[in-house]
Amino acid sequence: MPTEGETPLGRPESSSRQAQRACPPTAHPAVEARGLTKTFGTNLAVNDIDLTVMEGEIFGVLGPNGAGKTTMLNMLATLLPIDSGEARIFGHDVRSEGHAVRQLIGVTGQYASVDENLTARENLWMFGRLQGLSSKSAHSIGDDLLAQFDLTEGAHRPISQFSGGMRRRLDLAASLLTRPALIFLDEPTTGLDPWNRSQMWGTIRNLAAQGSTIMLTTQYLDEADALAGRIAVIDRGRKIAEGTPGELKAQIGTSSLRVQMAEGADTAKAVALAADLTSDTPIVSPAGSGFSVKLSDANQAADVLIALRNHRLGIANATVEQPSLDEVFMTLTGHTSETRLPGAKASES
Amino acid sequence: MTATVTSAPVTNPTTTSRPAARSVQASVSIRDALTQITTLAWRALVKMRRNPEQLVDVTAMPILFTTMFGFMFGGAISGSLARYLPTLIPGIIAMTTITSCVAAGVQLREDMDKGVFDRFRSLPIARIAPLAGPMMADLARYAVAVSVTLIVGVLMGYRPGGGVLGVAAGMVLAVITGWSLAWIFLWIGTKAKSAGAVQGMSMTLMFPLVFLSNAFVPVSTLPGWLRAVTRVNPVSYVVSALRDLMNHGALTAQVGWALLGCAAVAAMFIPLAVRSYSRRV
Ligand SMILES: Nc1ncnc2c1ncn2[C@@H]1O[C@H](COP(=O)(O)OP(=O)(O)OP(=O)(O)O)[C@@H](O)[C@H]1O
Ligand SMILES: [Mg+2]
Repeated sequence: MPTEGETPLGRPESSSRQAQRACPPTAHPAVEARGLTKTFGTNLAVNDIDLTVMEGEIFGVLGPNGAGKTTMLNMLATLLPIDSGEARIFGHDVRSEGHAVRQLIGVTGQYASVDENLTARENLWMFGRLQGLSSKSAHSIGDDLLAQFDLTEGAHRPISQFSGGMRRRLDLAASLLTRPALIFLDEPTTGLDPWNRSQMWGTIRNLAAQGSTIMLTTQYLDEADALAGRIAVIDRGRKIAEGTPGELKAQIGTSSLRVQMAEGADTAKAVALAADLTSDTPIVSPAGSGFSVKLSDANQAADVLIALRNHRLGIANATVEQPSLDEVFMTLTGHTSETRLPGAKASES
Repeated sequence: MTATVTSAPVTNPTTTSRPAARSVQASVSIRDALTQITTLAWRALVKMRRNPEQLVDVTAMPILFTTMFGFMFGGAISGSLARYLPTLIPGIIAMTTITSCVAAGVQLREDMDKGVFDRFRSLPIARIAPLAGPMMADLARYAVAVSVTLIVGVLMGYRPGGGVLGVAAGMVLAVITGWSLAWIFLWIGTKAKSAGAVQGMSMTLMFPLVFLSNAFVPVSTLPGWLRAVTRVNPVSYVVSALRDLMNHGALTAQVGWALLGCAAVAAMFIPLAVRSYSRRV
């Protein structure tokens, strides 16, 4: 559980993680939640969750379908009453100071929340006016955002003609009109194609670089890894792990190397080499033409490939794969996220 | 709980544009609330313009009812169409404004299920704005309903004795009535499970209100118990007030009672609707 004394920042893992650097060392907490709980009937959707998100960071909430991500975010964003526990946004109590909280946050929900009857430009103008912008600045800020989100072309078209990706971008644009200090993004890239997904990642990093605090949910470990300075993993309403992506991956076990051997190469010999170098038992692919092996350290991938080269064992291709979310859950909870289908009852409460 | 903060100079150049730590207001000022209401009224008007089929109940319905009732019942009730029209037209005006306010509740219910209302909930706006905005736009609907009825009436031979002023006053009273009663249906809209349920409940409430009144028949022809019912029915006061204004240009006590009734309904149902809406969301 994070406490005030804990450093808010993880070690920078890659050059892309600029958000961490933009975060000043004297940051206040943007979100503080203690014992956050929500019950729907007998279903504990969010169960006693503690969270602290520091100002300026990108905080990722990782979890499978039905983990309680949306429910938690909605409680923090004043959209859903808190059953028990308490939450503060920049020091304002979510329960008793909802109006103050709503002035500080921007919310992009999991499902599009723009008006189907209006054009993109009209939507932004309306939301700007509702938040106290003058008619003129609502138009100019709206137009800037449309340009920034590559929507200028569709500005005058009704939303009903928008593609999923355009809707998603407009939805985010609508949350940024007043440059909120804290932005909640619920699964910002679900349903986006790879190009739009990486565009969205860029946008999110930019927002953080400009000083906004971002709390996002995702079902993808690679997304949390690429964007977030810290990650909380939640499952069945409970927080089961928290830390920097590096810490989590260390806890989970690391990536694996998947090799496809070239036509006629001796797979058995390659597997033996890989076993020697990685202290793991490689899994031979069903067709017998390749294998995958767990790496305790990414450098081992190079060791294995060099050894194959030295023994003149040709390969068709090789990939290093991040542990999948399933593997994360397997390690952290002992069950896969898959087992939590309707009908499968929660064993823990 | 609060972390100690030192005022160390921040070197990062991007921090000059940091959006954090802005001042927040404890509540919405009246002026901001009015801007929000007019903005949402604008939204409702755009929606109306782009979905003209939503105006059927304030255009086709009054035409249909005025001609149908006029030609069918005119002779039976008043001896002739011309003599029935002064009774009928104010009655139809009351009926169409009251039926068209049902749509307020139905549309609110539909809207509340849409994504855009999720965003309204997350914005720092007055809780009454998402209700009062469409209500403001609906004034246009009531005006259309009343005008259409009046035009059809005049084409059929209605010559209002109250003159331009009397007719104008009658139209204003009808619009006020529609606006006040619509809060009842908005409240139903916030309570009901679906738009269909709102429609059903509202119609069940509306039909007896309109027909168990003096809107279409002289009360003297009714059996005693029914006469008693029409006398306590608030719609009867509105219809009488409309007749006094439009046919005689007379500002009678009925007008006072009608306005008082509208005020009472609004005073009761505005808080109920807003509270129920805030709780629902
Ligand atoms: N309004 C509601 N009424 C009843 N149960 C609900 C409601 N909203 C969510 N739940 C339940 O609460 C649990 C958590 O749901 P939630 O939507 O928060 O999950 P999630 O992590 O956002 O999932 P996803 O990745 O599918 O969006 C689920 O079991 C869900 O069925
Ligand atoms: Mg969700």
